[in-house]
This record gives sequence, C-alpha cells and structure tokens, in this order.
Amino acid sequence: MSKISDLKTVMDRIVDGSVIMIGGFLAVGTPEGFVDAIVEKGTRDLTVIGNDTGFLDKGIGKLVVSKQIKKAIVSHVGTNAETGRQMNAKEMEVELVPQGTLAERIRAGGGGLGGILTPTGVGTIVEEGKQKITVNGKEYLLELPLRAEIALIKAYKADKKGNLVFRATSRNFNPLMAMAADYVAVEAENIVEIGEIDPDEVMMPGVFVDAIVPAKQPAIEVKGGA
Amino acid sequence: MNSREIIARRVGQEFKNGNLVNLGIGMPTMVANYVPEGVEVTFQSENGIIGMGPVPPKGQEDSDISNAGGQPVTILPGGAYFDSCFSFMVIRGGRLDITVLGGLQVDEKGNLANWMVPGKIVPGMGGAMDLTVGAKKVIIAMEHCAKDGSPKILKKCTLPLTAKEEVDLIVTEKAVIEVTKDGFLLKELGPGVTIEEVKKATEAELIVSPELKEMEI
Repeated sequence: MSKISDLKTVMDRIVDGSVIMIGGFLAVGTPEGFVDAIVEKGTRDLTVIGNDTGFLDKGIGKLVVSKQIKKAIVSHVGTNAETGRQMNAKEMEVELVPQGTLAERIRAGGGGLGGILTPTGVGTIVEEGKQKITVNGKEYLLELPLRAEIALIKAYKADKKGNLVFRATSRNFNPLMAMAADYVAVEAENIVEIGEIDPDEVMMPGVFVDAIVPAKQPAIEVKGGA
Repeated sequence: MNSREIIARRVGQEFKNGNLVNLGIGMPTMVANYVPEGVEVTFQSENGIIGMGPVPPKGQEDSDISNAGGQPVTILPGGAYFDSCFSFMVIRGGRLDITVLGGLQVDEKGNLANWMVPGKIVPGMGGAMDLTVGAKKVIIAMEHCAKDGSPKILKKCTLPLTAKEEVDLIVTEKAVIEVTKDGFLLKELGPGVTIEEVKKATEAELIVSPELKEMEI
C-alpha cells in the first residue's frame, strides 16, 4: 500500500491546540514545506516539540513569528530573538530541556518506556520538581516520556512504503520523532519505488510512517550517494 | 596575539593523540585551528557527526552538513553521521574525552554557569548540560573577566548552574587554572601577565603552583 499523500491531507490533521513534533536542528532537517503550510493555515495554540526554535525566517522560528505556538518544548532558543521576546512577555511558554534529555524523552515516548534516568541536570534548576533516583550510589533524574499527536519529519529518500533514508546532519531528531507520534508525516526530497532501498540501508522502517509528501524544494545533488 | 587566539592556542595544547573532542559554539570553535602539529584528534558535534572537518570554501557548502551552531562544515574520510539520541549516548556514555565550552561563571567547586542570565537572556542550555556531565574532561575557554570588567572566576556562582562540580580546567588570556579538591590552582600565566594581575581579576582564592610558568604558545 502506497503511503504517498498530499499536503492538504496532512494539514487537515493539524488543528488549534495540536501537539506537534517537528524535526530538525537549527532548521537543518526541518520539513520547511510543512512549516510553511501551517503558517498558511494559521492554526493556533500549538504545542511544538523540537530541538530549537530556529531562526526568524527558517525552521520552527516561522511559527513563533506568526504567533501560532502556545508552548514550545525545546533545548535552545538563542537564535530566535522573537522567542525570547514572547517568552519574557509571557505570550508563549517555553520549557527548556537539555538536548540529550530531550532526545531520550522522545525515544522513551516512542519506545513504550515510562521515562529515563539521566545524570544531566542534577544540581541545577532542571532538577526542580523531578524525582531523583540513586542507582549504584549515583544520582539521576527521572525524565518523563514525550509523545505528540503528529510528527512532521524530513527525509532524504522515502520508498512508497515509508522506509526512510536521512542524509548527513539532517537526520538529528527526525527518526526519534517518527517513533513518538500517533500520526507521522514525512516530507521526502526523493520518492522511490518499493524495493529500491536496500533493507540494510533503511534508517527508519516504514511501519512508523503514515504519509509521505514530496518536498517542494528540489533535492540536493549528492555526490557518492546518501 | 589577541585574547581569543591566546586562549584557543593554549586549549589546543590539552589535546592528546586519539582524543574525541567536542567544541562549543563561539570561541571554543576556534580551537580547531590550533591543534598542535603531530596530534591527531577527532571532532564530534552533538547534532550528529564524528569526524567533523573544517568549514568548506565559499560556494561549496552543503545545506545538510552543519555543526551544532548551524554553520556549514564538512566531514572527513572515515567520519560518521547519526541521530541525536546516539549522539548523546556518545557524550554521556563516556566516549568523549574532552569538551571545550565557554563560560559566564566558574567557581572553586568546579560549578559552571553558562546558559542563562535570569531576566536578561535565556538562550537555553542546548547540549551544554549533557556535555559537561558526560565528557571525561571539561575545559572552560573564556575571557578572564566579563565585558564590564567584573570577575567570572568566583568563590560561588551566582547564575543558574549548567552543571555541578564538573569543570576540570579554565583557560583564559591571563591564566590556566585547574580545579582541584583544595580549590583553584594557578598553573600558568598569560603572556606578560603577573600573578598580581590574575589575583586582582579573580574573585576566588588562588593557590599558586610551585611550578607556575608562562604559557608556551
């Protein structure tokens, strides 16, 4: 069964108040076509989970500028002055999470775990309100899983079953988020027939993917494969 | 030689053959240019690279290959890409020999503050908390004093911490200071800098090493 879909079908899933994961790291590996479509649609009060809030004109930052985010769960906002402004003006809530903890919380959400134990944040304000657990004499914080209603991710290549290949540092949070949402839409730079991706090369099995939408931007020319 | 170059050159001397190193954003990134001759290190970047190479020439940037600051970089032969979860398993799992980070404040217990100034600027911690907790050696590369001249090397940090008791070494343009269980050990002085100048610019007590010398850079 082909999972090829279109932008409208994906956007119909996103409504006011939706909880969305968006892949990318400072907009590298962010599905910009999906982000632009949300801006165009104008849905509001979104909870967005991502590594960062990008830039004013790139990545998740575009949703900040258009004031569509009620809460952002991210590790870094320093590259987008508008996030800082909205945060200080209490127009948007920002939950700052250490990057490695954010990745693990998403993995836990995707993998059916009740949380993870990490030494990161012990002795800092990150530990406030969290359970501390001592294992073999060392203190860890219990960090709870994160899930979303929708994950919007970007892949370099998808076959029609949704098997995915990511490219270079655009991989980052994309495969983790693909496991941690009820509905997963992929913006794919290249779409190929089933069987064209060697099973050993698949980075994310298609069982996690619900919809594939071709990227608007032309695929980057790659020398020597993905 | 300006302050930043002094710091970057001196930090580079801490690298040993075979080290896996993560360089923070800003001045720490400059250290990549000062790896001593004959020393081979591998750079890790938390957005998903081992074997990160230099910035590509203009016009040859690849929008899918960046460092953790979002700047275009390259990958060297034998390098590898991976996802964010894996990247922090490398960092927290004990594979990272050295992390070099900037700092707003460091205190004599080895506490570090470098991610927010309440009410003023809250950029977020990014990967810094995981890096300081996970790396075997934490080097703070920073100018000795803040822009307004106030000390950054303190008895006790006043800003929210990035990590508790994790800093091993501080390198500034004025000094190399090791965090020991007895407090700060002043090991080296910057070019032309006196002990009195360092003490004046440092709020915390300094133990002067019997082997105190000038940086050889």
